[in-house]
Amino acid sequence: MNFEAKTRGWPKIEIRNLHKSFGPKKVLDGVDLDVAAGESVVVIGGSGTGKSVMLKCILGLLQPDRGSIKVDGEEVVGMNGSERRRVMRKFGMLFQGAALFDSLPVWMNVAFGLIEGRHMPRDEAKAIALGKLAAVGLGAEVAELYPVELSGGMQKRVALARAIATEPEIIFFDEPTTGLDPIMSDVINELIIKCVQDLGATALSISHDMASVRRIAHRVAMIYNGRIIWTGAVDAIDHSGNPYVDQFIHGRAEGPIQMAAAYP
Amino acid sequence: METVLQPIGRAFVSGLETTGRLSIFAIMAVTYCVRPPYYPRLILRQMIEIGFYSLPVVGLTAIFTGMVLALQSFTGFARFSAESAIPNVVVISITRELGPVLAGLMVAGRIGAAMAAEIGTMRVTEQIDALTTLSTNPMNYLVAPRLIAGLAMLPLLVLVADIIGVFGGYLVSIYKLGFNPEAYLRNTMDFVEPLDVISGLVKAAAFGFIIALMGCYHGYNSKVGAQGVGQATTNAVVSASILILVFNYGITELFFAR
Ligand SMILES: Nc1ncnc2c1ncn2[C@@H]1O[C@H](COP(=O)(O)OP(=O)(O)OP(=O)(O)O)[C@@H](O)[C@H]1O
Ligand SMILES: [Mg+2]
Repeated sequence: MNFEAKTRGWPKIEIRNLHKSFGPKKVLDGVDLDVAAGESVVVIGGSGTGKSVMLKCILGLLQPDRGSIKVDGEEVVGMNGSERRRVMRKFGMLFQGAALFDSLPVWMNVAFGLIEGRHMPRDEAKAIALGKLAAVGLGAEVAELYPVELSGGMQKRVALARAIATEPEIIFFDEPTTGLDPIMSDVINELIIKCVQDLGATALSISHDMASVRRIAHRVAMIYNGRIIWTGAVDAIDHSGNPYVDQFIHGRAEGPIQMAAAYP
Repeated sequence: METVLQPIGRAFVSGLETTGRLSIFAIMAVTYCVRPPYYPRLILRQMIEIGFYSLPVVGLTAIFTGMVLALQSFTGFARFSAESAIPNVVVISITRELGPVLAGLMVAGRIGAAMAAEIGTMRVTEQIDALTTLSTNPMNYLVAPRLIAGLAMLPLLVLVADIIGVFGGYLVSIYKLGFNPEAYLRNTMDFVEPLDVISGLVKAAAFGFIIALMGCYHGYNSKVGAQGVGQATTNAVVSASILILVFNYGITELFFAR
């Protein structure tokens, strides 16, 4: 691959036997996943299989029912208050639905973590925010607009700028290229690669876009039925020997994975 | 028998559960009001939203209430030739009861609904989750400023409502019922006691807290989807209105029942 990890080393995130249900509905049913420092892992899997839920469990936005999540060797399940905030500072998150603050202009959205989280002076934070916006292909004229005035793809890019603004050690990208045109998708892929390569960030992403997966991943993990059923280097996905992975990456309706609509 | 008792029992238990959750939320919210970081800008914005933009609604409510009080008292009291008590009736009713309660109910409709809708939307679009990931506590950032602003602004609004309400009574008494302006004002001022006004302002502070608390609580726990936000908005207004009436009785009893 054109993109190699420099310092793939100790495990940055270790997930063991993670369970999460909503009422009677089991979403995660024993997820095991490791992400090494400086590594870029992409999780693939069908819609509604719990990929976003997994990220939210790691971030403590959802309380797992059972299992262990370690960040830099530190157990974070059940962590609260200032402890949790300290660990949170390591993370940046791009939400699937962008989740921009409606009440703030674009630049304030991007600068939010710097101003509120790091207590940086506003003009300094604004300069950084404008730089990050430029990196996602948005000019200074966008900075003063409000999120509702942007297209979906632009919102996604602002959200991406916000996720990387504080240059966090660990960045989660939930479907970073969904809703973008192919050229912009590639710009975003480049940006994610740059975050990992230049800043040494650890990235855990979710994607349905196989072109993007091939570009940004060192390693791919496939989630099915609440578990990680396959992981391997990105070069290995074409000959994984796993019928689920094969069906998914080729987007075939026939195969071992039955979509919900196929049930009676 | 079982079929009758079961739903009652279930409703009772879920009522207890809601009360418990609401109490925990209220205690947490108050804790975060006094715990840093503080957001003066956000408090100011909420104060303007609650205090300034509610003025027209509250003012109109107050002036017509004062006017109708004077008119009704006149038609009623004329039977006992007790028309001279009108200024007293107007000022007591407005400052003790109608000012705070009506202002409270109007603001509950306006502000409680807006808070629930805004916070509910933030919940369902994951903006509250985003706050957390950006090292900002949503209780500090969203709930505390609203509670503080509600607590601070409602007494001010009610003070304005008191003055406008008395003025409404004055207008009708002077221009329609033929009272002497000086005598009317003197009567009002001589009769009203500090406790009348103070009790009304204490009520107002309590109502402001209730309105903001209900708006935040229902918004914060909003179910996903536009329907969830709509439900949260309705619940915020209805529960705030009912609590206002309940607490109004309680506070009246504290102040005046001997
Ligand atoms: N807060 C919640 N309350 C109840 N159910 C939830 C909640 N969040 C997620 N779910 C359920 O968990 C399941 C997994 O959701 P999740 O958002 O993780 O899917 P996903 O794998 O990210 O799918 P997609 O690729 O479509 O984003 C879904 O069936 C969803 O209905
Ligand atoms: Mg998802």
